[in-house]
Amino acid sequence: METETDQIYHLDVGNLLGFNPNHRFPSAPSSREELVKECIEESRKLVQAIANALFNFTSTETNDGPIVQLPPPTTKLPREKHVPRPKPPTKWEEFALKKGIQKRKKDKVVWDEQTDQFKRRHGYDRVNDDNDVPIIEAKATDEPGEDPFAKRLDEKKKRVGKQQKNRLQNLKAAEKAGALPSHVQLAATSLPISGTKSQPKKIGKDELGDVAGLAATSTASGGKFDKKLPGEKPPKKQSKHHQYLPVVAGRGAVNPEKEQTNNVLSKIFSKHSHEILNVGKAINMYNVKKEKKKSGRSDKSGRSDNLKPKKDITKKPANKAK
Amino acid sequence: MLEIRTPKTGKAKRVLEKRAPKLVETGRKTLILHGTKTSATVSSVLMELYRLKKGGAIKYSRRNENIRPFESGGETSLEFFSQKTDCSIFVYGSHTKKRPDNLVLGRMYDHQVYDLIEVGIENFKSLLSFSYDKKFAPHEGTKPFICFTGEGFENVPELKHLKEVLTDLFRGEVVDNLNLTGLDRAYVCSAISPTKVFLTHCALKLKRSGTIVPRMELVEVGPSMDLVIRRNRLPNESLMKEAMRTSKDKPKKKEKNVDQDAVRGKIGKIYMPDQKLDEMHLHDKSKGRKRERKESKLLNEETDSKKNKKSSE
Repeated sequence: METETDQIYHLDVGNLLGFNPNHRFPSAPSSREELVKECIEESRKLVQAIANALFNFTSTETNDGPIVQLPPPTTKLPREKHVPRPKPPTKWEEFALKKGIQKRKKDKVVWDEQTDQFKRRHGYDRVNDDNDVPIIEAKATDEPGEDPFAKRLDEKKKRVGKQQKNRLQNLKAAEKAGALPSHVQLAATSLPISGTKSQPKKIGKDELGDVAGLAATSTASGGKFDKKLPGEKPPKKQSKHHQYLPVVAGRGAVNPEKEQTNNVLSKIFSKHSHEILNVGKAINMYNVKKEKKKSGRSDKSGRSDNLKPKKDITKKPANKAK
Repeated sequence: MLEIRTPKTGKAKRVLEKRAPKLVETGRKTLILHGTKTSATVSSVLMELYRLKKGGAIKYSRRNENIRPFESGGETSLEFFSQKTDCSIFVYGSHTKKRPDNLVLGRMYDHQVYDLIEVGIENFKSLLSFSYDKKFAPHEGTKPFICFTGEGFENVPELKHLKEVLTDLFRGEVVDNLNLTGLDRAYVCSAISPTKVFLTHCALKLKRSGTIVPRMELVEVGPSMDLVIRRNRLPNESLMKEAMRTSKDKPKKKEKNVDQDAVRGKIGKIYMPDQKLDEMHLHDKSKGRKRERKESKLLNEETDSKKNKKSSE
């Protein structure tokens, strides 16, 4: 684009960019405002040049205004991310290529012979659903104790597992080539303890809180003055749970302590008081206590025979209250 | 043991797809942050830059003490932020005694630092100090004109680098179609000396001229500052080669709902939306809106006026 003063501008209409390489600014600027004015005036010319090109493009009219098709930008700028790499073919794709198997488009809806209607291929109420089979006829090769339905479930699980493994292998190969699809992430999960197949259980929030509480009680002050992490809840009541009645009753209220004792006494002195006391249990407890005392005395004397100072056999044992 | 993780919501999936590398790239997102100490000028420059690039910029407000772009170890934080926010160009402002009012502009390739350029700010005039007719204030997110003037941009390698970085910074989204009514801003960069660049932001006034092309006028509205080149780091050759690589083949976009047949010719499919018969607007059947009523009212008015005239006579 040339102007009368033989200045060639480098225009990049795709970026709305204009570059004037020929202008020389005075090395000793007159004043700040003069300089600024000069800069703006030069740029105005550049903008005008770009606009000349822009407005001469064929524009389509829309509600918002005339729209023009911008040409692709000419300045070469570096990319921000790498060019997307091609995905390596999956194992099946390689096999299909080798054997010459073509992909065939499948219909969403398939004719079902059994119910004489069109059913969908995948999803709810599908054709040939494995779970729908009511009767499986026994073949000559079947063992008598085997459950064919369970066998079917097993086979399905195996198939699904195999597919998952293949999918993982394909994704690993893609990751190696740097072409993992954008929505997939391969993450390393925690390794199980050697020897076991099971995965370590994840601890929940409550369990963590309990364990932290346990650890806190092992400190010298019983965890009362520990610095709490942000978000950590104060410990639940760890001591004995006492419920004390008020000492002085309020105005008009009945004395609760008196009430309590009265209830107990009335129960004992009531007509059916014999039902409260479990006589059999009381007798058993008494007998057990007695036997313990007897055995306790005999055990003591038997164990420390040589160590204890010998008793005076002349003195008689005192009558102990039973 | 590896586990396949895929996003469970559609929104998460869309976000990941947006961040994936594309064949044809649309503009870069900018990350604006500041270092250990910032002066008033630097913080206002960063704020105004953020406002100018509102749609495609993220501004961090905390200070970052461990970011030193020109040192080998000090870039790790920047790369982490770039990965987190998916920003590939950053503006880092700081103020030290040795380098007062310092601004580091840097670009990333694959979330690794690609190149850096450090400039000092002088003679900064803020957005608010310019008075102009508010009618011409540029709207947010419009595509700007960028004008470079001066032989310095061609002869001096640092200025050449700065020109590239400023283009990337101010460019905005790369679009195919442009609305001509949405042209309302221009960035003016002039190389007033081999080390100094005068940068300002102007609004566009389109004035009527005789031809289709309107006459452009620039009104200074935005921040204006002098950028003094300090240090720069060019990308290394191999990285530059890789980043500049363009793929020649554009993927052919399949035209949807159009079919070509030898027998029928070109056939298109039109999908009709559901007709909600309950909510369709039929004519208003309310009593007051009946046509007969309106007409009779009009007639009555006429007869009344006639009567009045007669009585007045």
